Amino acid sequence: MPPAVVLVTGVSRWLGGALAAELAADPAIERVIGVDTVPPSPAMLRRLGRTEFVRADIRNPLIGKVIAAASVDTVVHMNISSTPAGSGGRAPMKELNVIGTMQLLAACQRAPSVRRLVLKSTSAVYGASSRDPAVFTENMQARQVPSGGFAKDSVDIEGYVRSFARRRPDVDIAVLRFTNFIGPRIDSLLTGFLRMPLVPTALGYDARVQLLHEDDALGVLTRATTGDFTGTVNVGGEGTLLLSQVIRRLGHLELPLPYPALGSVGRLSRRFGFVDYSPEQMRFLNFGRVVDTARLRSEFGFTPRYTTAAALADYARTVAPVVDPSTVRSVTGGLRSLVGAVGDAAGAVERRLRPVPPPPGLRAVRDA
Amino acid sequence: MPEARVIQLRPDDDEPFVPVPSPPGWEEQLAGGLQFLERRLTGEYDTDEFGFDPDLADHVLLPVLRPFFQKWFRVETFGLENVPADSGALVVANHSGTLPIDALMTTVALHDEHPASRRFRLLGADLVFEIPVVGAMARKLGATLACNEDAERLLTEGELVGVFPEGFKGIGKPFRERYTLQRFGRGGFVSAALRTGAPIIPCAIVGAEEIYPMIGNAKAAARLLGVPYFPVTPTFPLLGPLGLVPLPSKWLIAFGEPIETASYGPAAAEDPMLVFNLTDQVRETIQHSLYQLLLRRKSVFG
Repeated sequence: MPPAVVLVTGVSRWLGGALAAELAADPAIERVIGVDTVPPSPAMLRRLGRTEFVRADIRNPLIGKVIAAASVDTVVHMNISSTPAGSGGRAPMKELNVIGTMQLLAACQRAPSVRRLVLKSTSAVYGASSRDPAVFTENMQARQVPSGGFAKDSVDIEGYVRSFARRRPDVDIAVLRFTNFIGPRIDSLLTGFLRMPLVPTALGYDARVQLLHEDDALGVLTRATTGDFTGTVNVGGEGTLLLSQVIRRLGHLELPLPYPALGSVGRLSRRFGFVDYSPEQMRFLNFGRVVDTARLRSEFGFTPRYTTAAALADYARTVAPVVDPSTVRSVTGGLRSLVGAVGDAAGAVERRLRPVPPPPGLRAVRDA
Repeated sequence: MPEARVIQLRPDDDEPFVPVPSPPGWEEQLAGGLQFLERRLTGEYDTDEFGFDPDLADHVLLPVLRPFFQKWFRVETFGLENVPADSGALVVANHSGTLPIDALMTTVALHDEHPASRRFRLLGADLVFEIPVVGAMARKLGATLACNEDAERLLTEGELVGVFPEGFKGIGKPFRERYTLQRFGRGGFVSAALRTGAPIIPCAIVGAEEIYPMIGNAKAAARLLGVPYFPVTPTFPLLGPLGLVPLPSKWLIAFGEPIETASYGPAAAEDPMLVFNLTDQVRETIQHSLYQLLLRRKSVFG
């Protein structure tokens, strides 16, 4: 049974807005309510169609009134910020993430109309360390519980959602653990990081990166909202790339820095508002993270259209390369043909000087 | 007059003339190198979820190790027919030599000498993956963390997995204890094999004990660096970096007959008695095979 009234939090960000637009285009859904603290951009507003926008802070009990008044039956919680810069510092970020989720869940608990909750979580809950297995399945837990930042918030949020599930066993809950998003339109941690022409990485480490294309992310969220999957599922594209490989494929340059220096570069670039990355994101850059997506394909029933490599290639269209791969190809191709020509000439000279004995054309026939 | 032609009466008798294939000339090698460089610069190569980079392994890491395998240690391999050509198996070997050179040489052995050029997927301690450069290179060579999840995933995918259950106890043992196997951990490797039904191939490596004869262990330095042991050999740290040159001992690597585990069923992994018995059986087999190989070797550097 499709949902009648859907509430989407974090609708002013690209993915939230895209989901609301997708749901609004579905005539089976009666009402789509988008909530965010900031109004969506004019472009986004046009896309949102019949979505009703409510400018509200989920940290405010007002959200309860919205849910009750509209008798919302499906809540999609995606107002979880991954970077301090987006929400004005680490403290407001934590407040928005953790307190906001608590408020939202409290409001959901009070509203008898709510029967489905979809949480946009992250694979960062698995942490990233040298002690981790190479591939995480949904049943695994972080060996080292993330100490701070987005990953810690996400672990806390999942904990609150679990206790909400205990208090409201009648509500179906889908927890989607997304890998890093990438794509031409989405604004994610990695898209900003990789846009730098000179990408700072940790010297002596090469992270395994699993990406998810924005279209697939949208597809999964839509299916989770309108479908009936309950439980936790990892969401990621097929295949992995190494961070060095990602940078090379984009035609950017890698700047390997010793691990301690990377922290100060991070702080510096955060101050100047380029890209910010916290210690936990730096751990991710060291070791990377890969999740098993068998459950996504079988139980959830979604196969991402883009593999990790294809998603990166689609993103690469929007990034100006520093070292153009086609230039590299033409230079090495030119050198190869030059080597071939020199080799042929040398071979000809050698044959002239030392002729190869001709293959025997005539052989003795043995007696029958 | 037209050229006389051979009319073959009994065509099977004669080998047809096949020109001897000439080794790749310098220009072909250079062109191959340029192709490799192009792939590396544009990132157009494949890596797997464990971080294994076959392109780098084949073109850089294995060629670097090969001279050590062929010339320096003159490795001889036995029993490669016991290693399956296309299915998963768990190779369990003794560990020695202060630095895990034995793991690298076994990798070369299985790639170069096995008819199916098997990839050897090593399981390493978490310390390996914490060290910069070393950890990244280990993953690119096909290693991953020694944990049941990774071992089972690799075995299910039909990979040849290598494990050294002695761990640091084996590799960091003093020279006077050479060729005596240490305790075999908690038998995690046996339960991984049982759960996936993969055969266990006991592997004995002779020669690695002598490359860096460890006559002492500077425990204070080890604690300071956060490593399990700090080796003192006749040449290290006395001669500085020169002490890192391994002694050219003669190596023998023998793969024993596979011990099948599929008939026990995956539930047997929960039976500690069976796991202990199998662990002991593997350990005894390797120890026995070590003694046999030692008798076979004429001298340490022979």
